[in-house]
Amino acid sequence: MKTLRLAFERPTPYLPGQHFVVRLTAPDGYRASRSYSAATPPDDPPQAVELTVERLPDGEVSSFLHEAVEAGDALELRGPIGGHFTWRGEAPAVLVGGGSGLVPLMAMLRAARRAGRGGDVRVVASVRTPADLPYADEMAGPDATVVYTRVAPPGHGRPAGRLARADLAPLVGPGAMAFVCGSSPFVEAVTDILADLGVPAAAIRVERFGPTAG
Amino acid sequence: MADWTRGFLGRRRDGAGQAGGRLPPGQYDAGATWPVMTAEPTPRIATEGWTFRVEGLVERPASWTWDEIHALPAAAYEGDIHCVTTWSKFGVRFDGVSVDTLLEAAGPRPEAAYAMAFSHTGYTTNLPLADLTGGKAFVVWGYDGAPLPVDHGGPGRLLVPHLYLWKSAKWVAGLRLMDHDERGFWEQGGYHDRGDPWKEQRYHGD
Repeated sequence: MKTLRLAFERPTPYLPGQHFVVRLTAPDGYRASRSYSAATPPDDPPQAVELTVERLPDGEVSSFLHEAVEAGDALELRGPIGGHFTWRGEAPAVLVGGGSGLVPLMAMLRAARRAGRGGDVRVVASVRTPADLPYADEMAGPDATVVYTRVAPPGHGRPAGRLARADLAPLVGPGAMAFVCGSSPFVEAVTDILADLGVPAAAIRVERFGPTAG
Repeated sequence: MADWTRGFLGRRRDGAGQAGGRLPPGQYDAGATWPVMTAEPTPRIATEGWTFRVEGLVERPASWTWDEIHALPAAAYEGDIHCVTTWSKFGVRFDGVSVDTLLEAAGPRPEAAYAMAFSHTGYTTNLPLADLTGGKAFVVWGYDGAPLPVDHGGPGRLLVPHLYLWKSAKWVAGLRLMDHDERGFWEQGGYHDRGDPWKEQRYHGD
């Protein structure tokens, strides 16, 4: 994954959880667009946004953003897009993300920490190995739980394994909102656990994505 | 800003249109896969309590149970579907009933020009009424000869295959006819009011 910082031409308000569309245009007019979630909450005034881009095999846009784009290039950016999967200060809240699904949750977590709500808003990051953990420096502290599904680093308190009920049970109190983002199977598994823990469907917001879901 | 992106050439392509003209601009062929895109947890809706209703600017507000809607004349769609997240799927078959049949029973009033489709989950999406008539739209419960899977909107969803698929409300509960356009769930978040994939109407302003 690679994070790009883009300066807006003019201040552009957005909410943690929203995404932007990067549209690339070839000299012959051919265009390709992809959506990327904001990884940062907006500054005041909102002058820039960071997008974290996962490189996909044969990814037409992600390859360009990983390899070809250089500091100082101009990119066409559209948005912000999305109004449901957004954090507007709801607390308590638990943010559960898998892989690149952690990107919009990072914007929410950073916003909550900045607002001094770090204790009320907690993140659960599910990744395969330590090398797959984005924002590793910030995925620490009492408000962050990391679940390694394949390989856990030495000394990690939890053995490697899929996210389970026991991982979420301590984090889901009465009145808690849940934001879940990741691949479709990940989202299905997490929302099943949350339902089992008594979180009402209306308190769960999901966003599915990944290579198969665009 | 330049008219094109420095250093971007794009994937190899034929100039005349992709996949023999079947693929709208900016889309790719998802092949055998059917990606899932929803904003809500997948609901489990029993067919016993299921209803579909047509309300708003109609002469006779109408409602059907699961059994009643199955007793209406059957209609099928065979063709392609297109999702705004850039995948398209070719040659799919859905079974259900034509929205024309449902509207005929309710009798749209002359001033009805738009519709809000609403779901059992609270999801909404707005469409011009003209996009729901003339054999272009369906309420479907069968996919590929089997019951529509719940993650794809089962037991019943709207299907408006000539528009991007977010207009085809999953877990659909009904249509409300209106004399003006109102924005639904994604439309309030920046998505296009009509969503024609051939005009690449993804977001407001397209």
